[in-house]
This record gives sequence, C-alpha cells and structure tokens, in this order.
Amino acid sequence: MKADRAPLPTPGDVLRRMREGELTLLPIAAALVVIWIGFGLANPTFWSSENLVNLSLQSVSTGVIALGVVIVLLVGQIDLSVGSVSGVAAAVVAAGAVNGGWPLWVGVLVAIAVGVVVGLVLGIAVTRLGLPSFVLTLAALLVLAGVQVRILEPAGSVNIPFDSWLVKFCQAWFLPTWFAWSVVVVVVVGFAATRWSDRRRRRAADLPYASTATTALHVGTLAAVLCTVVAVLGGARGVGYSVVLFVVLVAVADVLLRRTRWGRAVHAIGGNRRAAVLAGLPVRRTVVSAFVACSALAALGGVLAAGRLAAANQETGGGDIFLTAIAAAVIGGTSLFGGRGRAWSALLGVLVIQSISNGLTLLDLDTATRSIVTGAVLALAITIDTVVRGRRPE
Amino acid sequence: MTSPVLELSRVSKSFGAARALIDVDLAVHPREVVAVVGDNGAGKSTLAGVLAGVYPPDAGEMRVDGEPVRFADPGAARARGIATVFQELALCDNLDVVENLFLGHEPVRGALLDEIAMERRAWELLDQLGASVPSVRVPVAALTGGQRRTVAIARGLLGDPRVVVLDEPTASLGIRQTAELLNLVERLRERGHSVVFVSHATSDVQAVADRIVVLRLGRVNGEFEADAATSEDLLAAMTGARPVRRGGGR
Repeated sequence: MKADRAPLPTPGDVLRRMREGELTLLPIAAALVVIWIGFGLANPTFWSSENLVNLSLQSVSTGVIALGVVIVLLVGQIDLSVGSVSGVAAAVVAAGAVNGGWPLWVGVLVAIAVGVVVGLVLGIAVTRLGLPSFVLTLAALLVLAGVQVRILEPAGSVNIPFDSWLVKFCQAWFLPTWFAWSVVVVVVVGFAATRWSDRRRRRAADLPYASTATTALHVGTLAAVLCTVVAVLGGARGVGYSVVLFVVLVAVADVLLRRTRWGRAVHAIGGNRRAAVLAGLPVRRTVVSAFVACSALAALGGVLAAGRLAAANQETGGGDIFLTAIAAAVIGGTSLFGGRGRAWSALLGVLVIQSISNGLTLLDLDTATRSIVTGAVLALAITIDTVVRGRRPE
Repeated sequence: MTSPVLELSRVSKSFGAARALIDVDLAVHPREVVAVVGDNGAGKSTLAGVLAGVYPPDAGEMRVDGEPVRFADPGAARARGIATVFQELALCDNLDVVENLFLGHEPVRGALLDEIAMERRAWELLDQLGASVPSVRVPVAALTGGQRRTVAIARGLLGDPRVVVLDEPTASLGIRQTAELLNLVERLRERGHSVVFVSHATSDVQAVADRIVVLRLGRVNGEFEADAATSEDLLAAMTGARPVRRGGGR
C-alpha cells in the first residue's frame, strides 16, 4: 500500500526538510567545507596533512566535553560546569598518578568517577529540588574551579611523564596505515550491510524503503569521507588513538540517542516534559542519567586534555573551555531549547570552532580576532536554530 | 444492564482550599459513550485527571470491573485499561508520529528499538481510525490540529484499553474536523471501547453520547439519557438556572 519506492530527494525536498529541522547536520557540514576551502585558499599550509593531524588532536578533548553537553541540551537542561569538571578530572589524574603514586589507570578511573558523582549531585538537585540547571551548574563551576586549585596545591601544576601511556595515547600513538584502511573497509561494509538488511525488512513489511540510489548515495558518502580522512591524515602521522576514541564515543552516543528507549525518552523530555510525564516515562531518572553522562564525558575530556598537555595546571579546563564546548554543540545544530540535535553535532561543531581557530592562527591573526570570529559564528548558529524553530508550522 | 467497567463513587478532590470535585458518582458501562459536560470550572478536567491517574482522589472509591483501584500515575491507569487523551494532547512536537504513538511503550529488538514493527502498527491503527496523515515520519509539529488529535487518540488506543477518556476533544476544532471526531467516537464504540467524552459543547455531546452527566461547581448536577435530554435541560443543569429534573436510570 504505502510501499511506493521513495525516489531520490530533490533539492527542494532537502531544503524543506532542513527547515523542518530534520537534516540538522547538512548545513553545518556544508559550512565546514566552506571554511576549509576558505582557509586553504588563504594559506595552503592549512591543507597540509601535518596541520590537519594537529587539528584532529586539538579537537578531541573539547569534542568529548561537547558530546556530553549535547546530551544535557537534548534533555532540555544546560551544564555550565563541564569546564571545571574537566579541570578537576585532569588535576585528579595528574596529582594522583604523579604526587600520589597511584597507577595511572586508577587515576583515570577515579577522575571519571568524580565526574559521575558530580553529575549525580547535579541531576538529583535539578530533578528533586527543582533547581534551575543554569544557576546550579554555574555554582558548581565556581566550586569545582576552587577544588581544582586545591588539588594542585602547592605547585599549581603537575607534569605527567612523557613516557606514560596516557600522554602517548593523546599525542604519540597513531593507527598503522594498514589498520586504518582495514577499519574503513569494515565500517563501510558494516554500514552498507545494516542499510541493506534494514531495507529488506522494510520491503518485507510493506513499508516505504529507500531506493537503491539513495542507499548507494549514503554508503558512498560515508566511504568518501572516511577515505579522505584516512588518506589526508595518513600523509603525516595518521589517525590518532584519541581521535578514534572520540569518534567511537560519538557513534555510540548516536546509536543510544536514536535507537534506544533511553534516547527516545531524552528527546521526549527535552521536547515536552509534561507529555513525557503523562506518557509514563521515567523523567527524573532520565534527566539524572543525562547529567551523569555529561559530567562523566567532561571528566574524560579533562583526562584527555591532561594527556595532550602532558600536565595538569590551574588553567586546564578553565577560561572559555565550557563556552567553547557549549558553542560547539549549538553550532553543530543541537538546540538550546531541548529535544533537537544529534550526537554528531558535537564532532562537526568542534571541528568548525577548531578549524576557525587553527586557520586564523595560521593567518597570524591574534586571539582577539579568533574570539570575534568564533562569536559571530555562534551568533549565526543560534540565529539559525531560533529561526528554524520559529518557522516550524504550528 | 451489564455491570460497569469503570465506576466512581463519592470521589472528591481539592486543590488547597478549592474543592474541584465533591462526592462525584460516575459509572461507565461496556460500549457506552458517557458524556461529562459542565461550564468552565465545573471540575471536568479534574475528573479527567482523576480517571487518567494524574490526580489521586482525596476521598471516595474508584472501581475497575468492580475491583477497587488507586492509580499512582498515568502508567497505572493505562495498565488497568483506562487511556486518556488530554486536552493539550501531550504530544512532543519534536518527535514524529511513530515516536509519539509509542512513547514509553516502544517494542525492542534486542537492545534497539524495533522501528519497523512500530511503523507498521502505526499505519494499521491510523488506517482503522480513518486518519489522513501524510506520513508517519513527519514531526507532529507539521500536522493540522485534527491530525494531531487523531494521533493522540491513536496513542490512547495502542494498549487496547477498555475505556478511552477524551478531555475536551472538540475544543479548537473546526466544523468539519469536529464531525470527523464525532465519527471517530462512533468507531471507538464499534471497536468495543467505552468512551468518557468530557466537553463543554453540549451540541457535540448530544450527537454521540448514550448518557450525559452534568457537573456544576464540582458536583454531579443531573444525569440524562441522551435521547431524552433537550439542550435546555442540559443548559439548566450546567448553570443551575432552575431546579433539575432527574432523568434516566443510574
């Protein structure tokens, strides 16, 4: 009955779906390409493999934090404390492993456990006491910034040995070329197989299914993107372990958010909390879990930052890290108003921000210019979010 | 007459000093459309909330199939076969039709949602209700008021409930959409559901109801067989304009 084969989407179709907020990732992916072409033309060094390897490594820590922010924004809340949480986590790892003599992995686990506890406290305070998350997490930002300084006393900074696995993981370990290509093959084949079996099941169930052309387009796009990344980064050191970790985390979060009951509940609560209550969803538990996921990812981001820097100091996770992470989520297309967004927006958003920062640095522009440009891009992103939302038919 | 599916006896509910429901009796029999009408502030929405499990009553008893029940939350009411479609519909605008229909009751295949089973069942249900929804994969924000209401009602029907409570289903609907909705209520009865139709629009109610219960200031102020009641009777009972003639059996 409804099994007419869906034809390839026309440009008008794509535009309409973008306006309705379905294809949130397309505009930002397009923007990223424009930014890369622009900076590449202005300074060809931008396109060099070595620079892009650096760009990928620089993006990991903030990207992991931004992924947590995406989850909290989806559930209709906000977490301003992510920077401080990452700073505390970095301090815990460094102080524990170097000053305290713990094995490094214990330090990492303790740091992430600290994140989990912070998330639990925030989530419970928001759901049980009804505190507004904006102010509560602002308070947590201040408290944890103080805690971070205390942990690092008296020196104010702790260096992590360069030969520790954490530092190597974040700086020195890269996938061997043959392995990177094997991963690309496995991922593309796996994706195609999933698509194909999904398509077969839909056809068997007499439901509309994607045409062969659309499926091929999706598989081809994924293959092209992965091949480009591996080829370009392979021109220098390659794909870093930490980069792989980040992408895997995003992919896992994407599946959890789109294909599980938990993810459905997250979207529903962010979209219409009362409706979620009336539908019998475990609203409080889900909101708490979102805060826990966010703080745990922030802590992991802090650990990765410490590894990348081979040190933790009072500035780790400080300054505008939390704003950058939130900006990355929003620039990537996750709505500040809750209920709309994708895990991948953390990846795309952080790439946009880091690309701008990296590109402007190559052009010898100072931090002031970088700040102004990043701010303008954020303003553009939030305008798109609000206008799209306002234009949605009632 | 058969024994009631759902029965309320002397149910009261207060919000602080405001007494929203006072000693309300209500019986709903199988395949019966019972209308609850009343003016603004008569307690209609509170009654719907009590039936839905949103507000636990302060006093009185609720029985399903003669067995006393107490609903802690909307899920509990649903589990006992009472589905409520709220006036504000309680849909998530950011989710599509399928996602809204199955919210909180998604079938899973392994650990992941079974989208295909959901989509199939969604089409079946919407076809049965005679709904004209362009696609079950559009966000409900893109649907018309009537379509949204149909989606909300279809969601109520998913667990195959005994009683469907419709809270002000015709509010904000146009003339044609109202007619379609009244048709839908007939279909619900044909499918074997009992319906509690809460409304302030007496003309809509008279078209489909078997029995009409009038609420006034939180109390039951009259009960009529729909065939026997005139608009004047209902209006009088709703406003308390003159002493009420009790019609129909209890």
